[in-house]
Amino acid sequence: MEMTARAFWRLSLAWVAAATAASTILATRPAEAADRFITVASTTSTEQSGLFKYLLPIFEKKSGIAVHVVAQGTGQALDTGKRGDADVLFVHNRVAEVKFVADGYGVKRFPVMYNDFVIVGPKDDPAHAKGNDVLEGLKKIAAAKAAFCSRADKSGTHAAELRYWKAAGIDIAKDKGPWYRETGSGMGPTLNTASGMNAYALTDRATWLNFKNRGDLVILVEGDKRLFNQYGVMLVNPARHPHVKKEAGQQFIDWLVSPEGQQAIAGYKINGEQLFFPNAGTDN
Amino acid sequence: MADGAPLLEARGLTVVLGGVRALDGLDLALAPGLRTIVLGANGAGKSVLLRTLHGLVAPTAGEIRWHGNGRRARQAMVFQRPVMLRRSALANVEYALAVAGVPRPVRESRARDALGRVGLSAVAGRSARVLSGGEQQRLALARAWALEPEILFLDEPTASLDPGAAAEVERVVAAIAAAGTRIVMTTHNLGQARRLADEIVFLHAGRATEQTAADRFFEHPLSPEAEQYLKGELPWK
Amino acid sequence: MFEILSSFEIALGLITHADAELWGIVWLSIELSVVAAVIGGAMGLPLGAIVGIARFPGRRALIVVLNAMLGLPSVVVGLVFYLLLSRAGPLGEWGLLFTPKAIVIAQAALVVPIVAALTRQVIEDAWAEYAEQMRSLGVGTARAVRTLLWDTRFTLFTVGLAGFGRAASEVGAVMVVGGNIDGVTRVMTTAIALETSKGDLPLALGLGVILIGIVLAVNAAAYGIREWSARRHG
Repeated sequence: MEMTARAFWRLSLAWVAAATAASTILATRPAEAADRFITVASTTSTEQSGLFKYLLPIFEKKSGIAVHVVAQGTGQALDTGKRGDADVLFVHNRVAEVKFVADGYGVKRFPVMYNDFVIVGPKDDPAHAKGNDVLEGLKKIAAAKAAFCSRADKSGTHAAELRYWKAAGIDIAKDKGPWYRETGSGMGPTLNTASGMNAYALTDRATWLNFKNRGDLVILVEGDKRLFNQYGVMLVNPARHPHVKKEAGQQFIDWLVSPEGQQAIAGYKINGEQLFFPNAGTDN
Repeated sequence: MADGAPLLEARGLTVVLGGVRALDGLDLALAPGLRTIVLGANGAGKSVLLRTLHGLVAPTAGEIRWHGNGRRARQAMVFQRPVMLRRSALANVEYALAVAGVPRPVRESRARDALGRVGLSAVAGRSARVLSGGEQQRLALARAWALEPEILFLDEPTASLDPGAAAEVERVVAAIAAAGTRIVMTTHNLGQARRLADEIVFLHAGRATEQTAADRFFEHPLSPEAEQYLKGELPWK
Repeated sequence: MFEILSSFEIALGLITHADAELWGIVWLSIELSVVAAVIGGAMGLPLGAIVGIARFPGRRALIVVLNAMLGLPSVVVGLVFYLLLSRAGPLGEWGLLFTPKAIVIAQAALVVPIVAALTRQVIEDAWAEYAEQMRSLGVGTARAVRTLLWDTRFTLFTVGLAGFGRAASEVGAVMVVGGNIDGVTRVMTTAIALETSKGDLPLALGLGVILIGIVLAVNAAAYGIREWSARRHG
């Protein structure tokens, strides 16, 4: 049917009216339950370890501030902070965190706690990587060209893995072959892939303890001091992003590094095993 | 009856559809008040003629003059397959009246009246699309009649109906004509044409080869094409 | 096979012993998807109807764009809205990123093309049937659109349900703009993604079974409505 301009405009008008009416439904949706909340960009490993589920209710009960955690890789979390989409960052890549503050995106970095990385791999350990020396383990895996799953997602864990390769004298970017598999995804998906392919992988202990789909994988390398994984917390700079909830955000940070918060962190256990070791106030 | 200008006059009417000349310089004049049956073989252009006169198809060339003065006659059309809206029989008639600009307060009574005249009062509240084929075609006639057209076009209105339903439709068409509406109808049913027609227009290859009073046509068609058509259609004769 | 069976067992357990948290997730999924379907429908329906009936310059291009948007990866849609809604983006002042409203916006954007494309088909088919009769009666475009929308209302309702299904099963965009925040923007699909990444595949699939159940119920309702309307209205 040929349409007159008038009919077209009348229809368009009706359309806009309908869309506006529908949008009103959206706008009048009841406000979020908690008016006082902060958004924390954190890492998949902390979220998936179950720490937040344990920790946050304690803080929320005490302060009345709800904490909304967006779990991302450390790289993505830092970017979220740079864009001003979070109030607080809770991540684990000290080098990048220091730079974040130095560049003016964050106010001040507080060390909070550490956990440790482990190397998991198939029970029969074809590369004979088992031991307590992470560099030796990686060298053996590379020498045997045994399957290894890397997160390759610019997360804190990925950054740590790259540091270990370098320290072991291996230029992974150059030496990687088909045995080195880059999943480009979070810790859990990478472990799912490793479990499916019976491959080695570097993971934080917390995620591993919470991980169910282990298949034939077991911990092979652990206990090396170099495997410690330091977490830091920072307020996103309100000077750059005026909407940042600085009082509430700082209140959360202050609580985390307070004796009470530190004790709470130490109290989180899976199967009686402590996952995170508070070390606020140190120079880590 | 044919005093003054004809109700409708077509001159040199040509319609080209998809590269085919469906109408090819057709001339036709329709006096008021009569019942005209348009006959012709498949593809002769019967349906296209009705649609063009009714304004659904734009002529490629030629012109249509109404009343000799250009005032388009109030008109309606009934198709082979009635198209009913998903609402009650009554609401279908009311819809047509609303489109025609009939004020709301009188629509229902006029619609009920039209349904009564085609014998559908009992199913006024039923959903139009669940009515039988014959009932739906009578509803289409009621919808057209309610508009009080000066001229009504019918394109093979009984072609998909059983004989009983077709007879009902014929009765209604006759009643509409008796009430003063000009009828222009196509059919392939020669018995029906004899019963309903005052005059016959015979189409061949997009032209009207003759326009004759019905009695004369069936006895002595003027054009050889019409003679052949009648023979072919009536082998038992 | 054993894992799939045990997933159904877990799903059953989840339903019978549902805790507030699970119901919260299920309810949030339904609520957001309904709102998204309503908004996406309110925009996609007239769009599809106009494209189905009217002939105007650019119509073909619009159809191509609409059809292409059907296959648009949802994560791209999510990314676009992430950049729009981010504090550093043009709509950052609204502070919608990582809120349920952001999810609704992204879902609605995904619902619009599917509703518009299906509506166009429905209206075009109906128009093919009605066009001559409508023009014979002298019906204008605006009234023709209204009439067709009304006459195909039951089919269009099922189109709306298809939009709901699209919204409810959406994960990529929802994850990106919602952030999968526990108790705030965690819906069924992102919860499934989370449980999968935790390696708890049976629980993930158990949640999936509940989601499938909801979508199944919606489709059964759609089917029932069509059957009923066919009997009632032909």
